Amino acid sequence: MAELSAGSAHAAVHPPGLRHHFEDMEQQHEAGNLGMWVFLVTEILFFGGLFAAYAIYRSLYLPGFEAGSRLLDVKLGATNTAVLIGSSLTMALAVHAAQTGKRKALIFFLLLTMVLGAVFLGIKFDEYATKWHHGLVPGLKWAPDEEMYKNAPLGSVELFFCFYFFMTGLHALHMIIGFGIMTVMTLEAWGGKFSAEYYAPVEVSGLYWHFVDIVWIFLFPLLYLIGGRY
Amino acid sequence: MSGHVVSVRLYVTIFLTLLVLTGLTTGVAFIDLGAYNTVVALAIAVLKMLLVVLFFMHVRYSSGLTKIVVLAGFFWLAIMLTFTMSDYFTRGLDNPPNGWGPSISAPPNP
Repeated sequence: MAELSAGSAHAAVHPPGLRHHFEDMEQQHEAGNLGMWVFLVTEILFFGGLFAAYAIYRSLYLPGFEAGSRLLDVKLGATNTAVLIGSSLTMALAVHAAQTGKRKALIFFLLLTMVLGAVFLGIKFDEYATKWHHGLVPGLKWAPDEEMYKNAPLGSVELFFCFYFFMTGLHALHMIIGFGIMTVMTLEAWGGKFSAEYYAPVEVSGLYWHFVDIVWIFLFPLLYLIGGRY
Repeated sequence: MSGHVVSVRLYVTIFLTLLVLTGLTTGVAFIDLGAYNTVVALAIAVLKMLLVVLFFMHVRYSSGLTKIVVLAGFFWLAIMLTFTMSDYFTRGLDNPPNGWGPSISAPPNP
């Protein structure tokens, strides 16, 4: 009983979502977002190194890279781009629901985001399976038909697929991690942890999800589109 | 409470714009523009990125400090790309003017 009254007296001192080391909700919100952005900056440079390597090797071995690019399925790539943009919308709407204190809408949009993320990974898996079937997986199953790469130098086509699998694989790994984060967010939302006053984990997870979307926004044109589709 | 609440209407508008841009970049890839295919593809990708960063990720409504951190991230990326490219894409330029003597050769471009 003494504990209870101490607890309610405590709650009157500051908002329930506020941690002790912050002055107020505004500062707590600012610190959380800033911290996530600092992490995302390291991710930008992490993926940036791969994009730089891709640009250099593409310029050095252009014919092979263009031939490799033409072996990717533009329809599936474009569909996946649309699916991921859709999941970014549902993620943004989940944050919106959290900000306005709508618990059911928050759970709904988090689940929808996960469904769209799963659709993306499903399509990606299907693409990988096709590449495996065609013998276009460097190191594990590399035996492409001559019909596939025409006169392009086979070694540089293989190099293109090394980049393809490494970059999309790393992106898919980020998607899987995001899926795990969204599972935790959904469970916590289910348990009523979030309110219009305290929703920082949802917002910060949203930043991560949108970042992964941005990486794909660059991967799609660089891998699937440029290089002689006409 | 803290944090700007963006309207659902704006989110949907951004989403539709992103879909249109995805269609546009896919369509343009099938038209021969020479070197400009890459330029157009990257320009559209940057535009899409800006829409996601500014609206979905709320940077437009964030504090100056957050904006500086985001800009610093892209600035450092630009440093990495510029320095790396200025090395690789100037290799093999080894025809020094007369009287300069032989240059130290870079590995030959294939």
